[in-house]
Amino acid sequence: MASIGTLARSGVRTGGRSHESNPASLVFLCLLWFSLAFGLLVLLALVVDTFVEGVGRLDGDLFTRYNSTVREETTGARAAILGTAWLMATTAVLAIPMGIAAALYFEEFADKRRWYNRLLEVNLQNLAAVPSVIYGLLAVAIMALLGFSNEGIVLGGAIALALLILPVIIITTREAVRAVPREIRDGSLALGATQWQTTWKQTLPSAVPGIATGTIIALSRAIGEAAPLLMLGVPLGILQDPNGVLSTFTALPLQIFQWTSQSQDAYKVAAAAAIIVLLAMVLLLNGLAIIIRNKFQRRW
Amino acid sequence: MSSVATDGGSPTTASPPPRTRMDLTHKVRPGEAVIKGLLRLAAAASVLTTVGIVVSLIRPAVDFFRAVPVTEFLTGTSWSPNLAPQSFGVLPLVGGTLVTTVIGLLIAVPLGLGTAMYLSEYARPATRRRLKPILELLAGVPSVVYGFFALSFITPTVLKSWFGLEVGFTNALAAGVVLGIMIIPTVASLSEDAMSAVPHALRQGSFAMGANRMQTTLRVVFPAAISGIAAAVVLGLSRAVGETMIVALAAGSQPNLSIDPREGMQTMTGFMATTAGGENPVGSVSYNTLFAVGLLLFCITLVVNLLSIALVRRLREEY
Repeated sequence: MASIGTLARSGVRTGGRSHESNPASLVFLCLLWFSLAFGLLVLLALVVDTFVEGVGRLDGDLFTRYNSTVREETTGARAAILGTAWLMATTAVLAIPMGIAAALYFEEFADKRRWYNRLLEVNLQNLAAVPSVIYGLLAVAIMALLGFSNEGIVLGGAIALALLILPVIIITTREAVRAVPREIRDGSLALGATQWQTTWKQTLPSAVPGIATGTIIALSRAIGEAAPLLMLGVPLGILQDPNGVLSTFTALPLQIFQWTSQSQDAYKVAAAAAIIVLLAMVLLLNGLAIIIRNKFQRRW
Repeated sequence: MSSVATDGGSPTTASPPPRTRMDLTHKVRPGEAVIKGLLRLAAAASVLTTVGIVVSLIRPAVDFFRAVPVTEFLTGTSWSPNLAPQSFGVLPLVGGTLVTTVIGLLIAVPLGLGTAMYLSEYARPATRRRLKPILELLAGVPSVVYGFFALSFITPTVLKSWFGLEVGFTNALAAGVVLGIMIIPTVASLSEDAMSAVPHALRQGSFAMGANRMQTTLRVVFPAAISGIAAAVVLGLSRAVGETMIVALAAGSQPNLSIDPREGMQTMTGFMATTAGGENPVGSVSYNTLFAVGLLLFCITLVVNLLSIALVRRLREEY
């Protein structure tokens, strides 16, 4: 569709050029350029500002030491970085199978004309826009229901983040599955495969690159979330490595929040250094998603 | 990325198969019924999530409203849940949210729409392919990082040095500006989807009548895409209302019923962030305020989200 639109548009472009040069439309074009440039400039300012402030603390201490309340010059984010790793792994295990299963139901099995399936759809769109802080309160209730007295453990954080990104995973997986042409399904069904065999052996494998892209982007959103973890009462001063899904932990965004809230300048610098680490993780995940999208995504 | 989050403006809806197509799927197998049941269960979990949210918010909130009348909560103008004399009027928090959100929208709507118009109507496809991932990156920056940016750059450098404003260390203006920056990609991405979905014949008709690109964009494409654009703005509004870390860091922690954005003010989400990290015993009235404010926040965003979803529906029916 895009290519047809482009053809038509470039055809018009040559025809209408003489009208484009009156002052009003030039001003308008400049305004559009400005709005585009604004976002890019802010991104640049953010990266440069953080880098200039934090690059000096991007040393061994940041990665190997625990957070210190007395020696602020050599405070470290070791527990937070390891906590984020545990948190992300647990979140992925909880959210990905569930998200893909739900998406397959919506796209391949559900009768879209039934009222309850339409309701499920509206529900999903709303969930995608519920504030993340609310998911934190939900996780508090779930952890109390499961009988954990201490909510600030890896499992609690992972439940909050998994529920938070579930709608995103479902929606992107559905788009990927929807893009698989009908003919592939019909061919499989015509050869005698059942509906589930068709889904499992034909549709799902063809949609894997799209699903992977969406899932990685969802995880890159979860990695920077601090608000739900704050609701769980995740303790800020942790002086040990997390060693399982039931151990108390802290996470990188929370550590950044804590350091930013301090008044000493040394903590601000440490926060900037930790932000560089966090941004590098987000960038890495996004880059991975873009590579998968460009290299492996099949277009029909 | 933002377009992904809502499934909103995407014009590619799978149409139901034509009636004449033979249904090849009708083959009943017991094992498959189990699998189908499991998939249905996973889909139903999303409903359970909504129910869970409502229940987990309402139960402590009911306890709270036993101690504090609803009318006092909704109409009181003083908020001081932790210091004696206690008072539980939520309006100062709502006011803080309102001020930061309005500032955010004043930034995000024009800039987001400008970006969307450029990408949809002016940019060549190759340019668009290169620019969109960068825009998505702007949406991918963690909100705590934006909060740090507001404190370390926007307030001291932009507001104080460049504009010479007398602002406090924390103030609603910096928080609102950064909120706006954060939701630019949401507004831009969904509006672009909506404008790209406008049929090409409308543009060609406009060009054929002698209109130039600006006139076509503003008077033909924009009105035709208006419901999708409105949905994008409304979704951006919902994001701004619910955003926590930016306002917790940059807007301040003093409940303040003022509309002067140079002052510090606490928002609903900012209050929740501060209280959850505090020392309130579970079950006390001051702990339950967390859930009362959370319930109010959920209700506000629910209304806003449903409005956005309804607007997208209208867009889909048109073409």
